[in-house]
Amino acid sequence: MRRGKIKMRVMQKHNAIMTGNEAVAVGVKLARVGFVSAYPITPQTTIVEKLAEMVANDDLDAKYIEVESEHSAMAAVFASELAGVRSYTATSSHGLLYMHEMLHWTAGQRLPVVMSVVNRALGPPWNIWSEQTDTMNQKDTGWMQVYCESNQEALDTILMGYRIAESQDVMLPLMSMEDAFILSHTSEPVIIPEQEKVDEFLPKLDLKFRIDLKNPMGYGSYTPPDGPFMELKKDLMESMKNSREVIQKVTGDFARTFDRDYSGLIEQYRMDDAKYALIASGTLASTGKYVVNQLRDEGEKVGLIRLRFFRPFPDEEILSAVSNLESVGVLDRSISLAANGFTATEVRSALYGKSDIPVTGFTAGLGGRDVRIDDFLDMFKTTKKGKGGNHYINVKEVK
Amino acid sequence: MPFSIPEEELMEPGHTACHGCGATLAMRYVLKGMGEKTVVSVPAACWAVIPGAMPNRTLKVPMVYTPFAATGAVISGLRGSLDIQGKSDYNVVGFAGDGGTADIGLQSLSGAMERGHNVFYIMYDNEAYMNTGVQRSGSTPFGAETTTTPVGKERNFKKQQKKIVADLMIAQGVPYVATATIAYPEDLIRKIGNAKKISGPKFIQILAPCPTGWYYPPEKSVEVSRQAVQSGIFPLFEYINGSIKVTKPSKPISVREYVSGQKRFAHLDDNDIEKIQNTVNKRMRYLLSMEKEGIFVLPAQ
Ligand SMILES: Cc1ncc(C[n+]2csc(CCOP(=O)(O)OP(=O)(O)O)c2C)c(N)n1
Repeated sequence: MRRGKIKMRVMQKHNAIMTGNEAVAVGVKLARVGFVSAYPITPQTTIVEKLAEMVANDDLDAKYIEVESEHSAMAAVFASELAGVRSYTATSSHGLLYMHEMLHWTAGQRLPVVMSVVNRALGPPWNIWSEQTDTMNQKDTGWMQVYCESNQEALDTILMGYRIAESQDVMLPLMSMEDAFILSHTSEPVIIPEQEKVDEFLPKLDLKFRIDLKNPMGYGSYTPPDGPFMELKKDLMESMKNSREVIQKVTGDFARTFDRDYSGLIEQYRMDDAKYALIASGTLASTGKYVVNQLRDEGEKVGLIRLRFFRPFPDEEILSAVSNLESVGVLDRSISLAANGFTATEVRSALYGKSDIPVTGFTAGLGGRDVRIDDFLDMFKTTKKGKGGNHYINVKEVK
Repeated sequence: MPFSIPEEELMEPGHTACHGCGATLAMRYVLKGMGEKTVVSVPAACWAVIPGAMPNRTLKVPMVYTPFAATGAVISGLRGSLDIQGKSDYNVVGFAGDGGTADIGLQSLSGAMERGHNVFYIMYDNEAYMNTGVQRSGSTPFGAETTTTPVGKERNFKKQQKKIVADLMIAQGVPYVATATIAYPEDLIRKIGNAKKISGPKFIQILAPCPTGWYYPPEKSVEVSRQAVQSGIFPLFEYINGSIKVTKPSKPISVREYVSGQKRFAHLDDNDIEKIQNTVNKRMRYLLSMEKEGIFVLPAQ
């Protein structure tokens, strides 16, 4: 059966037009992942379909198993990684929630798994479109989190992700996000890195504590209150902190090797002389940049800060990026059903006691609702007023 | 032909299990059968506590602790990962309690078996959630009192029949399915030897009496597990690709004799006991007819 043989239109030697999900699959192949577990959920599914096709065509030398749930998808990569093989899975939305227990287990066991998550809303009511609440609900599981803005970044983040996760100073899993459909199913030109360069950039996994008959260990045995429990948790947090430096180093190496610079944990867009700015992540940052250009043409001193990493949270980077601003807005395409926006809350906490700048929070684009140019103009205007507070964008009156 | 169990111990002394723990003997015998090229995965259960606190260990082989529902998926992941590294000669063994198998872990068990990985799944069946204090599981037999099926003014003992996971495994085409118990270690270890000859999923349900949860004196675990077999309550069988061999009780005893030694059944009246005896007789007849006629299920592979 040749169904779905994806035709990537080859532009030049290493360029192609492909969807975000295809780009991710190419990244997984280039990373020489040895074990994949797969379970379908829209809009992630085409990643694991593409990987299945690669395995079937001997393009990827990996063990591929079709598990019966996402809990099992993560349990299987937990186990395969622990046995010493670079492992991968992907999910979205309810699938990610179903994994929650295993996310903690994988991070707690210090396994450098990389997973892709295509951000999708949570029901009820059912909704398959773009929203980041699924991964925001996993922000405290010990996983690093990267929110990608382009298909190229989605591919590159798989390569950087394994390098960062497998660093001895980190040893934590990483999830890399794409916005549902906007990246996952939309084609863009993508440069495919050369395999030899990738191999140089990303050496083979050498898991020091992998399962070994000559050195039989218990992995995860219990600890009483005075056992090393608190110490292990603290150590995990230290590693999360250490990861900042590793991320800087790895993005630097990546830029030198592949000529694409992702500038670490955040990206600053036209921030040099800006007086106010919006903080956003994922593809909303692209629309935001477009509106920044428009406002700049009108003489406004405005910029945008794109959060690439949410974990570790770039608090120092944000503090320094806003130091010359008069006001800042924070856009969340997600909803905490108890408090203010996830990102707005983190930003306020990062600035608390260190900066007096007013922080205005915006909730927009839930369930895939478009966030339009007018909405951004609205948000920039409200941000500039510097009155703080939290605002919903483009919500209809419910009678 | 004389057959004795291997002398090599892959389980060291010094564990923290209750006196008379059947599950502990089950692990010890299973490892004797498996040998040292073995990796064991254990979910939340008594066995997650038995080896003691970090960094202690009781097994001389690697042991992976996992969340409660994960055993089937974890052994799938271990198998795949070891195979791709050329370590196909390692035995991968999931070792889970009855709650972790019949209830919360059934989905991942069923998935793993259906996919046909070359793994062993050992269900040590102490017929309740013991680690959390003797709550009813799907594998608790009819008639048993547990802490969630207490006998007070109302006789709220478990009213449903035991869910027999070994039967489910046969029904879904697992090529090797057997039952065993700690009273017959030679039989148990021989079955593991036979299972090892099969490349594919293997499922063995081991009755592991629990003095703490069944309320009998700890020195009687072996006796109680022998009675379970002799009374027909827990028939021993070995199913390999469509043929089943049933061990007929050599010195049959009545259900009444079996239940009378355990306080979890103390409340049963004559009617209840007769009901159990009837079920036991019917099941034994059914198993023997299967032995004669063979079982047809769609083979997994
Ligand atoms: C998801 C989840 N739910 C509940 C528990 C609590 N729990 C830990 S062990 C256990 C009982 C295990 O029973 P069983 O599988 O029969 O093994 P046994 O303790 O009898 O050896 C339970 C309910 C848990 N650890 N994880």
